[in-house]
Amino acid sequence: MDLQCPAPHSRHETVQMAHGAGGVLSRELTRTVFLPSFGNSILDMLDDQARISLGPGKIAFTTDTFVVSPLFFPGGNIGDLAVNGTVNDLAVGGAVPLYLSAGFVIEEGFFFSDLTKIVSAMATAAAAAGVSIVTGDTKVVGKGQCDGIFINTSGIGLIEDRFDLSCKNLREGDAILVSGSLGDHGMAVMTAREGLSFQSEISSDTVALNRMISSILRDVPEVHAMRDPTRGGLASTLNELADASGKGIVVEEDRLPVRPEVQGACELLGIDPLTVANEGKVVVAVPQKRAEDVLRIMQGHEDASSGMAAIIGTVVKEHPGMVVVRTALGGRRILDMPLGEQLPRIC
Amino acid sequence: MKYIDEYRDPTRARAILAEIAKTVTRPWTIMEICGGQTHSIIRNGIDQVLPDAVRLLHGPGCPVCVTPIETLDRALSIASRSGVVLASFGDMLRVPGSEKDLLTARSEGADVRIVYSSLEAVKIARDNPGKEVVFLAVGFETTAPGNAMAVLQAEREGLDNFSELVSQFMVPPAMHAILSSGDCAVDGFLAAGHVCTVTGYEAYEALADTFHVPIVPTGFEPVDILAGILRAVTMLESGMSGVENEYARVVEREGNLTARSAVEEVFEVSDRQWRGIGVIPRSGLCLRKRFAVFDAEERFDVASIQPVESPLCRSGDVLRGIVKPDECPAFGDGCTPLSPLGAPMVSGEGACAAYFKYQRKV
Repeated sequence: MDLQCPAPHSRHETVQMAHGAGGVLSRELTRTVFLPSFGNSILDMLDDQARISLGPGKIAFTTDTFVVSPLFFPGGNIGDLAVNGTVNDLAVGGAVPLYLSAGFVIEEGFFFSDLTKIVSAMATAAAAAGVSIVTGDTKVVGKGQCDGIFINTSGIGLIEDRFDLSCKNLREGDAILVSGSLGDHGMAVMTAREGLSFQSEISSDTVALNRMISSILRDVPEVHAMRDPTRGGLASTLNELADASGKGIVVEEDRLPVRPEVQGACELLGIDPLTVANEGKVVVAVPQKRAEDVLRIMQGHEDASSGMAAIIGTVVKEHPGMVVVRTALGGRRILDMPLGEQLPRIC
Repeated sequence: MKYIDEYRDPTRARAILAEIAKTVTRPWTIMEICGGQTHSIIRNGIDQVLPDAVRLLHGPGCPVCVTPIETLDRALSIASRSGVVLASFGDMLRVPGSEKDLLTARSEGADVRIVYSSLEAVKIARDNPGKEVVFLAVGFETTAPGNAMAVLQAEREGLDNFSELVSQFMVPPAMHAILSSGDCAVDGFLAAGHVCTVTGYEAYEALADTFHVPIVPTGFEPVDILAGILRAVTMLESGMSGVENEYARVVEREGNLTARSAVEEVFEVSDRQWRGIGVIPRSGLCLRKRFAVFDAEERFDVASIQPVESPLCRSGDVLRGIVKPDECPAFGDGCTPLSPLGAPMVSGEGACAAYFKYQRKV
């Protein structure tokens, strides 16, 4: 069998309940959709488990489930999101991401053409990040029981013993950096959603960060903590850092990198870009004297907004557990965790 | 962004601040009417950098805050019926009714949808002829033109499954009520820039004459707000009253005539209940008789629903400028954005939420 490229599905245009029932159609789905894209020596065994050998070091292990709507948005789709999200969760812990699992919950009637696009985006993202998808599972649920497709990915990576990155490690005087523009992913998805009657040029920033992060750690092993500011945006991430470490964080409003088009869409909707999701950014806490070195590495990364990477704030001993924004006018305000669902304002 | 960046320029803002400090010689209390202005003031820390003599009071101009609880209860009752889609602006979903909010109703199976404009609700009605689509038409003079257009559009298309649950408010009668009350502490007003964009400011000239106060239509960016304050302080210091327009790049004296005529065609002036304040005569809009068929209150027979308010909540006093949000005994303790007692703790524009979000413990 030729396993080189995703072949169009033979008999059905859409996914049927039987594709998840473990019989002939399940096998066909695996062989015609998943293996051609993901195939590697471990996955190709098609055993009930992936058997892998890991070198020395600590094992990082993470899982994430992706339920984005719409499934396709400017700059990506649920597939690359599902790979990059898990790769990044490993990478920000200082791990080299190695292996992923992929679990699919697919709604009956889902188009194979869409599934193939999603799977192919996963394969491309995995190749770009240098990880292998080594085990997986598919379930098909009835019409209306899920929103097209849900994907779970889990990931394993290895952390060199000399690294101990943790939110708890923030120290007074640390600089806080962010690796590029804020809010791109969340606004790309929100403006692509049905019902929003304006169009924008905003693209999701979904990308694997592991190569940039490993450059940072290679040159600046003094980094204390890293987090990727996904759901809840920078506001949630900074609050998590402050909360876990018992330190305060002060950020300078005029240094926060936000693209004009994202700022504009946020203004229209009454949403704070600092609470909007990112899928290809990292927040780094590092001793002040190495901050410029980290910044240079971020700016050299090939990501489209790396030029907007910035040193945005400082860790302080005042107001422990709290994040304060110093406004351009010299006032101060608390940057709180967003409550949950983003609710656009009335006027 | 043009028309935004130059009005956020810190250098310009600081120059106006210095001018305010130079001008002010005694204490003045200025009320910003609009919740959007309140938010900008707190977000930018403007109240922290003003001279002590200038005190800002936050006005009743947040539609989410003043929409009465019975409107919420009626919306909840309508949303809970089968075959109904309730469409609403996003921030109404977390406003507490007597027993729950619309987000909770949605989790219980109600078809509650967030829209960004009333015309989207008309589209939902067009696309779902088998469903009753009800738009929660709340807001001030800013949302009234769009909500009027939605009714006109539905009529034009002959849609018999679209209606509006109307709770429209008008600013000048509320200012009249504030100025007429015995405990009024307000020396001057920043009028809501976007409301004035629609209505113009002739109505404010009458108010300024009657009560001898300065009223300054003002925008929403830091430089706008500081310029509005400077204008009001300058007028107060020289004993002037009247309307001076500080948002001239958007506001004209007669307003937007097209928008005004759509509102005039669809709505008529009515008494209106304001949450936390009570009934203010002739302070609202309701659908004209000709459009009664689009009135959800009639269509679903919900006019008799009676609400229960929390006795702890002092949001009415907050909205009238009698107490600041953090002076309410429930603030931050019994009442937080996660479990709000009153609407001002909910909305992005609500004074209580703005205090909680940006100033708590700092």
